[in-house]
Amino acid sequence: MSEITNLVKSLADKHGRYQESLLPILQGVVEQHKYLSEEAMVEIARELDISAARVFGTASFYSFLNTRPMGKYIIRVCKTITCMMHGKNQIIQELEKSLKIKLGETTLDGKFTLLETNCLGQCHKGPAMLINDEPYTELNPEKVREIIQSIKLNDTSKTSNPDLN
Amino acid sequence: MSKINLTIDHIQVSVDKGATILEAAKKLNIKIPTLCYHEDLCVAGNCRVCVVEQMGSDRLVPSCATPASEGMEILTNSLKVRNARKSVIELLVSEHRAECTRCYKNGVCELQHLSSEYLIGEDGLIDLVALKNYTIDYFSPSIIKDDSKCIRCQRCVRSCDQLQNIGALSVAYKGEKMKIASFFEKPMYEVVCTNCGQCVNRCPTGALIERNYIDEVWSAINNPQKHLVVQTAPAVRIALGEALGMESGNIVTGRMVAALRRLGFDSVLDTDFTADLTIIEEGNELLQRLKGALVDKDPEVKLPMTTSCSPGWIKYIEHMYPQLLPNVSTAKSPQQMFGALVKTYYANKIKVDPEDIVSVSIMPCTAKKYEANRPEMHSSGYKDVDLVLTTRELARMIEQAGIDFKALENEEFDSFMGVSSGAAVIFGATGGVMEAALRTAYEIVTGREVPFDGLNITPVRGMDEVKEAAIKIENPLPEWSFLDGVELKTCVAHGLANAKKVMDSVVNGKAQYHFIEIMACPGGCLGGGGQPIPTNMEIRKRRTEAIYREDEGMPIRKSHENPEVVKLYEEFLKKPLGHKSHELLHTTYTPRNRY
Repeated sequence: MSEITNLVKSLADKHGRYQESLLPILQGVVEQHKYLSEEAMVEIARELDISAARVFGTASFYSFLNTRPMGKYIIRVCKTITCMMHGKNQIIQELEKSLKIKLGETTLDGKFTLLETNCLGQCHKGPAMLINDEPYTELNPEKVREIIQSIKLNDTSKTSNPDLN
Repeated sequence: MSKINLTIDHIQVSVDKGATILEAAKKLNIKIPTLCYHEDLCVAGNCRVCVVEQMGSDRLVPSCATPASEGMEILTNSLKVRNARKSVIELLVSEHRAECTRCYKNGVCELQHLSSEYLIGEDGLIDLVALKNYTIDYFSPSIIKDDSKCIRCQRCVRSCDQLQNIGALSVAYKGEKMKIASFFEKPMYEVVCTNCGQCVNRCPTGALIERNYIDEVWSAINNPQKHLVVQTAPAVRIALGEALGMESGNIVTGRMVAALRRLGFDSVLDTDFTADLTIIEEGNELLQRLKGALVDKDPEVKLPMTTSCSPGWIKYIEHMYPQLLPNVSTAKSPQQMFGALVKTYYANKIKVDPEDIVSVSIMPCTAKKYEANRPEMHSSGYKDVDLVLTTRELARMIEQAGIDFKALENEEFDSFMGVSSGAAVIFGATGGVMEAALRTAYEIVTGREVPFDGLNITPVRGMDEVKEAAIKIENPLPEWSFLDGVELKTCVAHGLANAKKVMDSVVNGKAQYHFIEIMACPGGCLGGGGQPIPTNMEIRKRRTEAIYREDEGMPIRKSHENPEVVKLYEEFLKKPLGHKSHELLHTTYTPRNRY
């Protein structure tokens, strides 16, 4: 059995094999693998005895359930109006420059993915962004450079996401 | 049951508790327009076209999803209601690629009818289709899915979920990006879709349609070098009339034959002939399997055996229960047996080069289009069945040709391969294959007719979800003595949701059947995805009655007594399950992915 089959099985053991177990299982897979592969969704469908299209339909509804490979650090910049007026475009520009990727892309080493997101609830401290589960607020280009630099320095792992290649 | 009294458009009406406003209005013959509502499916209440005004309430209520309550005063056609409905239709049309004159559903589209009824003009809302990134999936030989015409009523999703329990289509994404999608938006032919066409039969617009081959058939008819052979499935003759302005439940076999000749087919033949042949092959296969399991104790012989006529069922089991494929009868469906014989035996008989034969079939089914295109269906050395048309497509060709269908005189099928028995006709109804097989197998084993009044094996008939019947075999012929005292246990299911129940009970060992009949569509082929629209429970029942009427009226009621089938074995096949049969009439299956 593949690693993903085992993971799905253990998540199903933990959360049950009911319709309402679908979301926690999806979240569990994303937690471990950053995204839901086709294989993972078919396994979930098999485990819960529901259709694979339904698993996909549910996953595609939620922004935080990724259906394509993601980097180790997923950066989500708030795109809504308050952050927009506080200069989120410059923030994105800076991120694109220091990561050498465009919005929606992942760095070649599989470390960073750059996305936009809807409101993070940090309007009073905009512009804001989320890196994995960590919010960063009152950003400016310099601060963004420092944040990225410190992540790079602290993360010396070489392993890139094999799904990206 | 307590009654609820209400008024609709100032008319008193009394309905059972739980009935909706829509049902109450129907009782008064007041038509409330609907789009997402369908009699066969659960209520969705998402299109809002059926809104009505409830006196004393500011909000309009959806009549399909609102139960009638005591003293309710409903207006179905007030100005407020008309304006609201018009807005709803305008909004739906603004997201719908309304190129009606070039649409396959032109004239039979429910959205188009409503637009016309509510005078949706050109100066309505901005057309949003241009801003959308939509997909049109042309890759399946059976079904075309065009997202630009989808109004997201989800009839297709509910058909696939509730009737078939497959869920090949689901709602994906959200907000303005919400759409009806397959797994990872893969093309329909790659996913678990069985091509049954129940979604096509229920789609109110042109978003899901059958892939039509009408022009290909016209081209072939007009090619003087080609000899056009047509076969017609049992369920077509009891439904075709509906698509040509007749009431449901009419048997139009003779008119259909006449129309096919008028269209220009050179040989007008009957799939019922190979339905009889299927019974001989499949019945003998069952007996052989029983012998293998009971006498030889061969672990390779799998029971229960399931039928194999329904191509939707075949694709379903290939996806969902690949481990059970050895249980499926290897007999091809009647359509494919027919195709294989047309370009071998029949071609030889009429002295036409099989190269010059175009083999067309008229089917109540969209999955038959896929089946004809399966790579293994070339046993004649050619594509066995070239083109498959649905009942609806044939009706359209008859209209195109300017034929007054109702005025046609009855004609008879050509011979050879045009004669059939009543057992073949009932293939079109759920339980029919089982009944036909039992009529023959019982007689092979015992030398006597099945012990049912007038050969009518009623326990396997009707619309019950899963039907069971057991026949005890007593005093068999010497050759079958091992079956003495054996109770032959059979099961019949229609609609894949019911098939799943039966197969799950087989997998977990709860059920001990010998023979299972599965038809992918509710009611069997008569409720097929290629049948006239609308199809619902009431119509399926009327078609069923017509099928059994046709059976009772046939001079021959048992497949093995079909004189042409007997002759075919004498002249060509020699014996059931023989060498020629294996070459032409049996097939293999392919395990597929579960998505």
